[in-house]
Amino acid sequence: MTLGDFWFIVVAVLWVGFFILEGFDLGVGMLHSFLGRTDMERRVLINTIGPVWDGNEVWLIVAGAAIFAAFPGWYATMFSALYLAVVLLLIALMVRGLTFEYQRKFDDPRWRTFWRWGMTVASAVIPFLIGLALGDLLHGLPINSQHEYTGGFWNLFTPFGVWMGLTMVVLSLLMGATYLTLKTTGELHARAQRAATGIAAVAVVVSFGFFTWVHVGLSTGFVPEPLEALALMAVIAAAWLTSAKADGWAFVAAAVGIGGTVGSIFTELFPRVMISTTNTAYNLTVGNTASPPYTLKVMTVIAVVMVPVVVIYQAWAYHIFRARLTAPKVGTDDGAGVVAETT
Amino acid sequence: MNLDLARWQFAMTSIYHFLFVPVTMGLAFLVALLETAWYRNGDETYRRLARFFGALLLINVAIGVVTGLIQEFEFGMNWSAYSRLVGNVFGGPLAMEGLVAFFLESTFLGIWIFGWNRLSKKAHLVTIWLVAAGTILSAAFIMAANSWMQHPVGYTMKNGEPQLTNIWALFTNPTFVWAYPHVLLAALVTGSIIMLGVAAWQMHRQRAVEVFRRAAVISLAVLLPSIVLAIFVGSELGVVEEKYQPMKIAAAEALWNSCPSHCPFSAIQIGGGNNDETPTQIINIPWLLSILATNSPNGPVQGLNQLNAQYQKEYGPGNYVPNVFIQYWSMRVMAYLATLIMLFALWGGWLIYRKKLGHAKWFLRIAPWVVILPFLMNTAGWLLTENGRQPWIVQGLMKTANGVSPSVSATDIWISILVFLAIFVALGVADAWMMLRYGRRPLGQDPLAKITSPEDAGSPASGTEFADDDESALVY
Repeated sequence: MTLGDFWFIVVAVLWVGFFILEGFDLGVGMLHSFLGRTDMERRVLINTIGPVWDGNEVWLIVAGAAIFAAFPGWYATMFSALYLAVVLLLIALMVRGLTFEYQRKFDDPRWRTFWRWGMTVASAVIPFLIGLALGDLLHGLPINSQHEYTGGFWNLFTPFGVWMGLTMVVLSLLMGATYLTLKTTGELHARAQRAATGIAAVAVVVSFGFFTWVHVGLSTGFVPEPLEALALMAVIAAAWLTSAKADGWAFVAAAVGIGGTVGSIFTELFPRVMISTTNTAYNLTVGNTASPPYTLKVMTVIAVVMVPVVVIYQAWAYHIFRARLTAPKVGTDDGAGVVAETT
Repeated sequence: MNLDLARWQFAMTSIYHFLFVPVTMGLAFLVALLETAWYRNGDETYRRLARFFGALLLINVAIGVVTGLIQEFEFGMNWSAYSRLVGNVFGGPLAMEGLVAFFLESTFLGIWIFGWNRLSKKAHLVTIWLVAAGTILSAAFIMAANSWMQHPVGYTMKNGEPQLTNIWALFTNPTFVWAYPHVLLAALVTGSIIMLGVAAWQMHRQRAVEVFRRAAVISLAVLLPSIVLAIFVGSELGVVEEKYQPMKIAAAEALWNSCPSHCPFSAIQIGGGNNDETPTQIINIPWLLSILATNSPNGPVQGLNQLNAQYQKEYGPGNYVPNVFIQYWSMRVMAYLATLIMLFALWGGWLIYRKKLGHAKWFLRIAPWVVILPFLMNTAGWLLTENGRQPWIVQGLMKTANGVSPSVSATDIWISILVFLAIFVALGVADAWMMLRYGRRPLGQDPLAKITSPEDAGSPASGTEFADDDESALVY
């Protein structure tokens, strides 16, 4: 295995890690508008991810930066090809990131409603666009011999890319709902369980379509990759576990499902990193985009030291905030402004 | 066309990003100091101050983070040829920043916000220091990457492409060695002026004067040495630049023809620019340019015409003179504002020494307005250093014109510029408005004390804030 291959794995692990961690954040972001019926309930739902979402999102930044450092050619082609999609993604990330801090800073129902729906829509747009981008890597985009993208904005919406985007939205919803079953109590908990059961059924259908497409349309092998089989089975297991109300295991199954789905894109891609639909000779590969060995060696040292440290302190963060959240008891159905009286 | 648009887009997003970065860095450090004071002597006053200024910190962190996301991706979006060529050098520090610094900052900031009642006093103090350390480390990696663009080191050319050969060289780069502390000090100046401005506003209105006087003293204790050092470090950075980027310095003085020694520095000039080689320079300060550029009154300073001829010989035909107007004035705006800030800080120091800070009506009245200055100063500083690098994207290695993305259309860049501009304006208004609102609110009540003063009753943001922050379900 070359250092380039190793870094391909690192990049894949970072994307998988991003979707496992941010997947439930995004799911909660989408669901909070629907599962929370009062302002107070929505507030509680947002706070289940409050302490950890920012750290989770850094996985995305690091995944992007790792591609930049380890595969500059890949980074250059991918981000310039996806130009307007990345602009949209950035808008969604901005709206979402600001909602946490800004929604409560101003006591006005219109202000709060704006951020509430901003958060909801942005949380759907983000997994869709990233799913679209990852799907496009495997489906292929028009790329010329200079490794430059030759299509326009609408060429990014390849049918497979769109399906992958939808898959990521549904799987993020599944993760969000199962996460909420672990982090809430009472009525919210019951609603999260019902949502998880319904979403899981949809997830099975969407995932089945996704893996059939990957295997029949885009894969060269006859036998499905073990990772793909595992991911599909995990989603099916999640459907069974949610209806059996096994909250913890359902969450684990959803995590394996989303992780396996993202991972399978990379196992199918390797050793390519971005496929050219113009000519297979123009494919971007690990070999023709990787940084020279010295850079990869330096990055390997940093990654080998830092990734475990990061995982440990992020795990500690989850440990500190492991408790379920309960909506404080208030007399009216709108918690805003009433909080003061309860304290 | 695409080159200009891409440059406008990058300038806009980076300048905007850096309005918030120094606030975050400076305030994180100051809030950590306040919480340390609380930890060490158990005085609840400092806890209240830490939370009060912590709220201001968080308002800015949110925008700093989301505008930083743009920076992370736009090298690939707008500068794909640049990214392709130098990614193996330039991408390294960026990835390290994520792994070493940004994870640290983001994870522990979340713990700090939600951890007031869940962690021991000591553990909670550690989290804010880790946040501050994260911001400081983050700047180190970014400045290493930026310094490499100013003065590339630690690489060899292979098949016409730079390849990293020594990562340590990026962190011992003479440009980095001076530019990094310069940025850190500017951040401390920015953060402490904000804290001082808010404290002064509150004191001027006789609100919790004793408490805010402590905040004012701490911020002045940080501000005074920071601004003095920032000026000193900045002038040393100028000497390094005269050595490696002489064009930057020559343009900053609008010095068209070389000066052998005892070169004067013009305080202001009328006219000037790339088509006017004989501006009317007013108030020439003898020797100062030589001293600034070379640390010696005898030092020679090279002129734009001579440098341009030399570069044409070395790199081929072309115009190697940056925009002289921007260079000349950004240098002066930065330096003059720094001087004003220093004088203001000395005034504050003198008031503390004479124990008059609490009743210094004019000082307290002016201080909130001084908050505007560091933002202009920081922006001018970045214009000076980035505009002075032109026409290079990496000095001597790649021209900016060759770095743009070939596959991106002018329409794409226009769309991104307009969209980001609209969002930036909205965010800027929201941020300024919230900073004013939260900076002017009465100091929050300590929930442990359970006392509500009558003046807090009418304000929606007070009284409840700490109570909410102590309840995990209600922080956001």
